[in-house]
Amino acid sequence: MIRPQQTRDPMTEDPSTAQNPPETPHLELPTPMVQEAAPVTDPKISVRDLNFYYGGKQALTDNTLDIARGEVTAFIGPSGCGKSTHIRTYNRMYELYKGQRATGEILLDGVNILDPAIPALSLRHKIGMIFQKATPFPMTVFDNVAYGLRLRGGMPKSELEGRVEEALKGSALWDEVKDMLNQQGTQLSGGQQQRLCIARAIAVEPEVLLMDEPCSALDPIATGKIEELIDEFKGRFTVVIVTHNMQQAGRVSDYTAFFYLGRLVEFGETEALFTRPQNEQTEAYITGRFG
Amino acid sequence: MAGIANSAATARRRNVNAAVMALSTLAAFVGLGMLVWILGDVALRGTQAINWTFFTQLPSPPGQGGGGLANAIAGTLLLTVVAALMAVPIGVLAGTYLAEFGAATKFGAAVRYVSDILVSAPSIVVGVFVYLVMVKPLGNFSGWSGAVSLAIIMLPVVTRTTEEMLRLVPLEMRESTLALGAPYWRMMVGVIYRAAAAGMVTGILLAVARVSGETAPLLFTALNSPYWMNGLNEPMANLTVTLFNYAMSPYDDWHAMAWGAAFLITAAVLALTVTSRLVLARTHRP
Repeated sequence: MIRPQQTRDPMTEDPSTAQNPPETPHLELPTPMVQEAAPVTDPKISVRDLNFYYGGKQALTDNTLDIARGEVTAFIGPSGCGKSTHIRTYNRMYELYKGQRATGEILLDGVNILDPAIPALSLRHKIGMIFQKATPFPMTVFDNVAYGLRLRGGMPKSELEGRVEEALKGSALWDEVKDMLNQQGTQLSGGQQQRLCIARAIAVEPEVLLMDEPCSALDPIATGKIEELIDEFKGRFTVVIVTHNMQQAGRVSDYTAFFYLGRLVEFGETEALFTRPQNEQTEAYITGRFG
Repeated sequence: MAGIANSAATARRRNVNAAVMALSTLAAFVGLGMLVWILGDVALRGTQAINWTFFTQLPSPPGQGGGGLANAIAGTLLLTVVAALMAVPIGVLAGTYLAEFGAATKFGAAVRYVSDILVSAPSIVVGVFVYLVMVKPLGNFSGWSGAVSLAIIMLPVVTRTTEEMLRLVPLEMRESTLALGAPYWRMMVGVIYRAAAAGMVTGILLAVARVSGETAPLLFTALNSPYWMNGLNEPMANLTVTLFNYAMSPYDDWHAMAWGAAFLITAAVLALTVTSRLVLARTHRP
């Protein structure tokens, strides 16, 4: 596999992107060509003609792709290209903000989740999300992991304890925190906090795990641990990860989608996309010539 | 380029620097000196008046000696607690509205603006207002109207602190709670209030500290009383108005009692302020 020649700064995307329209790109490029979303045979999520608007400003244009069941799909592209915006439509997180709206279809196992008749709360029970900034809740390690389980209610204490332990083992955190379950989650290190958030998300056994630049605030060792986790999640969860780090996309993902100017420029198997990009812009981006 | 060490400009700058530093140090000492003087005087004279009877006995007529301010201490405590019970729930909910729902609305901006004005409104104006809308129509001074006027003074402080503290909770905390499928209200109650708790408690304690030393709003509302309280529908003894009356009186033993009351109020406010600092410091430790 060809490694990108130049590593870009993992530019930290402003978390307030949610509210601000992405900045106008400065590069002049030919109109992106969308590839056929052919290679996915068993899609967990099928996105069809997804358009997204921040107020009057369009941020996504006609995104169409399939997310493979039980595999890892990476979204890459320069800041403001719409990859975070795209991922935030899968759990309708954008609904929190006035003036943001999506059109088109996002089919989760064939059901259009953009349909207002589908309650966002139950959708989010199926689709978990990890954010760029680790956000341990102001409570103990145990209560953090148990939060989602308690939301769903009706679980006896013994089962709750088992599920918390299982989730912490699943995020490779158990050995480090098993003697400090009653300490505040904020007392953990940055990498541990992010794995705590992962434990919290997987404790409720979601079907899909969305990760919005989960490693951009972490050092290489903590990043490596998270990447190992993502590898272990294959088959168990369908993972969609947004990353600025192309080596990371190359390491962890089975499929990669390259976004630019709110359009899906190229989508395909990760190895093929990195070694034989079909689109000039994709090639320019992954070789570090722009973005 | 002129020499670096000995130019006239350098010497002048050095002199100006020394002069300004001396003046600002002096100013700091003057400010601190005043504070130490006041606190020292109050502590010195106040502690002389404080003994067991001060906390347990009713006031005695001037000249007789003995007696205490038990009724006023109890009255101030009750007025403050009742005021807090009225102001805190309303203030927390109003602050929640401003931070969560009314942030970008005109109504929210209006509420915020009015709150800011109310924070700096002279407390005697609040006293006169409650006198007009409560005391006069009801026909008598009462503990209730005293508590209402104190609550009005607390309200904007609690509202604005709650709002500011909720705004400090990062957006990611909200999103990651909602992403777990939590309804908005459960996010607020279980996570966001918890994250903002230290700051909110600090705001409430500071608001309590502020009203516990207020005299003017009580003069027109709770008035004062030399007797034990007999419910909130009657005039109610309190420390600040008692202090005011006793200090204005010509009697030496009442003066001593006034110093005792001044010391007690100062100590209580100091304790509340220090407690609020500790709450904030303890919880914000990483």
